[in-house]
Amino acid sequence: MPEYSEKVMEHFTNPRNIGEVSEPDGIGEVGNPVCGDMMKFTIKVKDNRIEDVKYFTFGCGAAIAVSSMVSEMAKGKTLEEALKITNKQVAEELGGLPGNKMHCSNLGADALHKAINDYMEKQKTETGSISK
Amino acid sequence: MKSINLDYTAAAPVDENVLQAMIPFFTEDYGNPSSGHVLGEKPRQAMEEAREKVGLLIGTEGDAEKQIIFTASASEANNLAVKGFAAANKKKGMHIISSSIEHFSVLNQLRSLQKEGFTVTLLPVDRYGTVDPELLASEITDQTILISIQTANPEIGTIQPIDKLAAVAHEKGIPFHTDAAAAAGWIPIEVEKMGVDMLSLAGDQFYGPKGSAALFVRRGIRLYPLIEGGIQEKGLRAGTENVPAIVGLGKAAGLAFESMNDRSQKVQAIRDQLKQRLFNEVPHLHLNGHSENRLPRNLNISVEFIEGEALLMRLNMAGIYVSSGSSCTSQALKSSHVLEAIGLPPELAQGSLLFTLGKESSEQEIPYISDQLAQVAGLLRNMSPLYHQYLKEGKNNNA
Repeated sequence: MPEYSEKVMEHFTNPRNIGEVSEPDGIGEVGNPVCGDMMKFTIKVKDNRIEDVKYFTFGCGAAIAVSSMVSEMAKGKTLEEALKITNKQVAEELGGLPGNKMHCSNLGADALHKAINDYMEKQKTETGSISK
Repeated sequence: MKSINLDYTAAAPVDENVLQAMIPFFTEDYGNPSSGHVLGEKPRQAMEEAREKVGLLIGTEGDAEKQIIFTASASEANNLAVKGFAAANKKKGMHIISSSIEHFSVLNQLRSLQKEGFTVTLLPVDRYGTVDPELLASEITDQTILISIQTANPEIGTIQPIDKLAAVAHEKGIPFHTDAAAAAGWIPIEVEKMGVDMLSLAGDQFYGPKGSAALFVRRGIRLYPLIEGGIQEKGLRAGTENVPAIVGLGKAAGLAFESMNDRSQKVQAIRDQLKQRLFNEVPHLHLNGHSENRLPRNLNISVEFIEGEALLMRLNMAGIYVSSGSSCTSQALKSSHVLEAIGLPPELAQGSLLFTLGKESSEQEIPYISDQLAQVAGLLRNMSPLYHQYLKEGKNNNA
């Protein structure tokens, strides 16, 4: 097993915010079983802020810790702030990740951004349909 | 805290009797077997006794002294058998046949040999990991000089029909090598009956020390050494012999020969109980390899909807030590080539767990192992997108 930081182990052992928000405003999925990691983030948005964020993750210890950390970092942030969260920042917050885990398992921010973009797309369509 | 080793193929404690046999050769009988003086006598004698015992374990007939080469690992023995043979025999042809589920110490050197101009055929296996002798026959050409197929697979435990495969090779007059590292000491092996010309084995797989291994080479097979220098090991492996390790290998081989039936039966009974309990208690498990034709101490299962490293880490926290064929647990971040070769879908390969039991394993541990796996599987499934998808859609890949 790789050498994980204490913070990674702590999040792996007690992952926060597992699940799916009810009636999600945005959904973001990344990864596939071939590479070994999959994440599905769902968000609830209120007044341009991430009111709630939950995830399901299939993957290694790093992938689970990353998901948990991203959910904590994103909660309560405005969409613009949340879009600025990078995979690198997530890894730093976790006290670093083993080199070979940086790319394959560090997908949490990508999944979060996808969920936010999904929400924004839906907003556009909704606004569009209203103006018709 | 509990500490349950279910990864004995990775490492096992050296048998106490083996250790005691080795100790004098570190300090008292420390001599060099090549010495002409009296200090070399005991080590030389002990080394030849070890050769006899290894020969006994694998059913050699005739002079063990001329047929057993000591090496530092089964990987080295495999390299000597394949690369050493290829180098010495390439004038006869440059085609080698092996299987797609060999150990990396065979597969990676075959890749190197391809770069040197050899042609390599890796035979596919069926869903249980078995090589088909008829398929082997159909792949032999007039350029084929060597066939190398493992006796049993270390990961899924499948035992090959080596006697049939070797017979196919011999019909065409082609030497046959088998990597018996996972099998030796656990299932009966008789090189004469099986008709193999070279066989690799490792002492640390049957309670000998790490760094003790051997290659059986039938008389008349020509090899080039990998390590050149002095004429130790009939000139096939230069360097002062590791006498304590060799003595340990011999002692372990002797003990394995004497107690194989009891040891294997006991371990197999526990393995079968463990398997049954896990399949009863934990939903959505998948057996990898054959249900009967497998090494007695091997159990390989896939825990659906979960990735193996997370499983390993959780079980490790519970004091249960196993290994996995998932990509996250491999340094190369690639899932097991063996599980791929038997056609296991990627999500099942990612959730594979390998249990290898040892003579220390106890049936009393089974309820704890089963409870922990059930708990850990439940916890990780609860956060798995694949599991929630399954709950929603009510189907999975094995339905």
